[in-house]
Amino acid sequence: MAFLVLENLSKTFGTHKAVDGLSVSVEKGEFVALLGPSGCGKTTTLQMIAGFVEPTSGAIRLEGRDLLAVKPAERGLGIVFQSYALFPHMTVAENVVFGLEMQGVAAAERTKRVAETLELVGLAAFAARFPRQMSGGQQQRVALARALVIRPQILLLDEPLSNLDAKLREEMQIELRQIQRTVGTTTILVTHDQAEAMALSDRIVVMNQGRAEQIGPPHEAYERPATPFVANFLGKTNLVNGATVRPEKISFGVSGLAGKVRTRIFQGNHWLYQVDTAAGLVTVIRQNTGEAMPAEGADVHLAWQAAS
Amino acid sequence: MKSTPYLLSLPALLLFAVVVVVPLVMTVALSFHDWGQYKGIEPVFILKNWREVFTDSYYGEMFARTFRIAFFVTLLAALFGAPEAYILNRMKSPWRGVFLLVILGPLLISVVARTLGWALLFGGNSGLVNKALMSTGLISSPLPFMFTEAGMVVALAHVLMPYMVLAVWAALQRLDPQIENAAVALGAGPFTVVRRIVLPQVMPGILSGSIIVFVLAASAFATPAIIGGRRLKVASTLAYDEFLNTLNWPLGAVIAVLLLVALVLIVVSASRLVERRYAQVFG
Ligand SMILES: Nc1ncnc2c1ncn2[C@@H]1O[C@H](COP(=O)(O)OP(=O)(O)OP(=O)(O)O)[C@@H](O)[C@H]1O
Ligand SMILES: [Mg+2]
Repeated sequence: MAFLVLENLSKTFGTHKAVDGLSVSVEKGEFVALLGPSGCGKTTTLQMIAGFVEPTSGAIRLEGRDLLAVKPAERGLGIVFQSYALFPHMTVAENVVFGLEMQGVAAAERTKRVAETLELVGLAAFAARFPRQMSGGQQQRVALARALVIRPQILLLDEPLSNLDAKLREEMQIELRQIQRTVGTTTILVTHDQAEAMALSDRIVVMNQGRAEQIGPPHEAYERPATPFVANFLGKTNLVNGATVRPEKISFGVSGLAGKVRTRIFQGNHWLYQVDTAAGLVTVIRQNTGEAMPAEGADVHLAWQAAS
Repeated sequence: MKSTPYLLSLPALLLFAVVVVVPLVMTVALSFHDWGQYKGIEPVFILKNWREVFTDSYYGEMFARTFRIAFFVTLLAALFGAPEAYILNRMKSPWRGVFLLVILGPLLISVVARTLGWALLFGGNSGLVNKALMSTGLISSPLPFMFTEAGMVVALAHVLMPYMVLAVWAALQRLDPQIENAAVALGAGPFTVVRRIVLPQVMPGILSGSIIVFVLAASAFATPAIIGGRRLKVASTLAYDEFLNTLNWPLGAVIAVLLLVALVLIVVSASRLVERRYAQVFG
């Protein structure tokens, strides 16, 4: 039996269906991402699991027990909010220890666990700082430590990395994944960044207008999108003669679909091409291997393997 | 040109000098002049008025009363205003606007009218509330309200409450909307959330509201004049009397200057304290 089950979950604000019959089951220790465009109901779903928003209909079960009957303060979930929502008047250590005090953990044990958790997120030296005195990435780790220290049954992350710049975000993704592996906490991540969802999660739930369009491992969703929406949302696609083809699957060859390079953009590790063909404009991505590549205006032929 | 900003602000500076600095300097100068029942004001330099205020215990008591009243008004305003602002902030859309209007509406009504309202309710035997309470037999004689310090405190707290509510409200607006949820998710009950998360964060708002209310209460004129009358005087009503009834302007000037200096000192040191205390945390 699955660890956490969302069953036909719906939430209606006035007449607007924010979440519409969502069913997901999450295994213990699994890392699941809720992925979708802005306003598709990701935060609402997470808030229903946390207990801050009451579902209009549907059920949430944790290890078979009805979670909706449990008060938010007693659900024992770790949450990292998009804004971090750190307590600004408390030091890092005070922020992290707060949850343990609420659980009535003994003082000696509290000190030990706070130290351990700060060590885990690499902030051992920052215990006496106030949140204001820390960078965005450090604050994000404080928020993570505060959520992890209570040893939550489930970790809920609401766009935890969206406030960080691209480079730091990538570093934090790796760190987040490592920490989650170490601790083994079942994790649900909300994000609108498909690269982040694919990099971190075991399975992704692609959401659109409150509904799950596809649930599956990232690789599968990318390679075999269930709907055109999923195909588009998970990356660039070409629609050529009724078939969807990922741009990186297309190569320049001696035969195949004839075309003329309209634009060529250098992006460091790869080249991005726009090629005019009889079937319309086709996007092609080629690895930068150091070899000479067709220039703008060149006549080319495009070849690819039909999707299996 | 480098001097342009100064030249541009010159008109404003001149206006400020004429309407604020000059009268202030003149008041200070006035406090050193002599005054007699029949000779009027004599422009000499003597310390008579200052000596009188500092040696006669009447003035000491009066200043003590002024600041005691201001202190309790501030306390009352904070005790009621802060929770009021918190509840207001938690209200949903239509009600919030309605109740904000209810709380701030009184600012649109003259202080005199609001204070007279209290006088109508509690003034002696004919006050409405007193009458009602006596007719039910709950009390045998009217509640003492007029000409009492307690009466002044209650009326002033009512008059000045909106300033406290606004200051705390502004502090609450700066709170992260998810911060209470964050505490709840960690297992905190509603009381703990308020005491350990919300209150410490709105404390700067409560303190700045307190400074405003304290200053306004200590320098208030209309309410003490109506409730306290000529029996129970505070600094501002006494200064008024010296200026307009006794015509002893120099003595009135001493009281006015002392009140000003005391308030400036209190405000400056209080806000310095607040700033130092919270600089690190709220930057
Ligand atoms: N309290 C509310 N009252 C009314 N409508 C709401 C409320 N909360 C959310 N909604 C609506 O529900 C829909 C889903 O909101 P939600 O916050 O779950 O989106 P999201 O997927 O998290 O988007 P984003 O990526 O922008 O955070 C939106 O259309 C939003 O306007
Ligand atoms: Mg959201």
